[in-house]
Amino acid sequence: MKMYEIISSVKRDYIADLARQNKRTDGRTLDQYREVSVETGQIKSAHGSALVKIGNTQVLAGVKIQRGEPFPDTPNSGVLMVNAELRPIASPTFELGPPDENSIELARVVDRGIRESETIDLDKLGITPGEEVWMVYIDLHALDYDGNLIDAASLAATTALWNIKKPQVEGWTLDEFPVSKKPIAVTVSKINGKLMVDPSLDEENVMDARLTITTVEDGSICAMQKGGAGYLTVEEIKAAYELARAKAAELREHLG
Amino acid sequence: MMEKPEKLIVDGKRLDGREPGELRPLKIQAGVLKRADGSAYVEMGLNKVLAAVYGPRELHPRHLQQPDTAVLRCRYNMAPFSVDDRKRPGPDRRSVEISKVIRDAFEPVVFTKLYPRSGIDVFIEVLQADAGTRTAGINAAAVALADAGVPMRDLVSSVAVGKVDGTIVIDLTKEEDQFGTTDMPVAMLPRKKVITLLQMDGHFTQEEFEHALALAMNGCEQVYGAQKQALRAKYSTKPEEE
Repeated sequence: MKMYEIISSVKRDYIADLARQNKRTDGRTLDQYREVSVETGQIKSAHGSALVKIGNTQVLAGVKIQRGEPFPDTPNSGVLMVNAELRPIASPTFELGPPDENSIELARVVDRGIRESETIDLDKLGITPGEEVWMVYIDLHALDYDGNLIDAASLAATTALWNIKKPQVEGWTLDEFPVSKKPIAVTVSKINGKLMVDPSLDEENVMDARLTITTVEDGSICAMQKGGAGYLTVEEIKAAYELARAKAAELREHLG
Repeated sequence: MMEKPEKLIVDGKRLDGREPGELRPLKIQAGVLKRADGSAYVEMGLNKVLAAVYGPRELHPRHLQQPDTAVLRCRYNMAPFSVDDRKRPGPDRRSVEISKVIRDAFEPVVFTKLYPRSGIDVFIEVLQADAGTRTAGINAAAVALADAGVPMRDLVSSVAVGKVDGTIVIDLTKEEDQFGTTDMPVAMLPRKKVITLLQMDGHFTQEEFEHALALAMNGCEQVYGAQKQALRAKYSTKPEEE
């Protein structure tokens, strides 16, 4: 159930004291990401895929497109499903078993960014009204967890969607896969009253709170999620939004 | 299935006659359950929500016990009959996530360090749902925690804001939530005026977001008044008559 590791109070104080001086354990500035790399299309069995690395954190996203039944309230629209797997391969703190609250939260935060920005034109994905539509499954696989899974997973999901060439599935009639926007999640964490982007694992272990803001190209917000046991002031929320907009523009460049 | 009304805002007013910044009728009652250590019942518009608190008490299973602090556990649950189509009983992905963010909203206020190895359980049962159930649940849980005598730094007050037909409105109904473009639940510590729950889905520009946040905080203040009143109604003593 616990995602975070127990951390010594010496280390906790060290990180908090550095934050007070606008410094971080790995020498980054507060508004600096670790090295980000994005590779696409390495999974041939998926219709779209992307491997995102942020520092040592690695998330692989794969998209599969299949036929399925529509929801009764949207009989001629495709269905988007986002699922996240936090398997024990990625961290000594991850355990076997059904999805826990952390993987559910991760999947739902990524899902909201893509769904609410209307990145996929689901209305184009009907087949037979009320009977059959295209289902778009985005599966997020954490491979190595060293902090900030949300941003890595969100970037991987958006990249994997844009990686879809004309899907090779029987009965596909559109010329291409209908994507339009590029939602990017940026997580800002608060430590000792200071805001910083891209928390490392140690920083996540000591942070008071985090706020994930997903923005699209014009800087408007399509999803937000506060997490962690602390609070945020209104000024902190506004500052986090400024950070999120600037950083999302940077991350979006990796999409090409 | 509801049909989408042609307009959700008519002449600046909402379909139920409210102004954009006006809350639904709010009723809060403290101490409604006999066995729980603390409890509360909340009606926010058509929402009917119960919250019960058990603890601080010995935490089971014991491997979850923490040597230096109490463990706060929240469970948000919807009754199968609380929504139009019967909901399958038990936790689904949505309620697991909501339970988590509600716990995150209360962690900053409960003095958990006073009760090592203990558990404090907060159970939220949605009996009738009409959008904003997590906010109603938080409002009930805050009063229930206070009713249980759990030491707290503050209450937690919560309300959602959103965008409907381009207008920023507070405390959305099911209709407004379903056909509006944005929903943003907010929870605030009313004395310190800081945010402990913030979620959003839909679309906001910067101006809309800042306006919505201010509107939500104003609504939380009103909820806070009703919460205090509920606690006073149960705990204040009348001066004895001669």
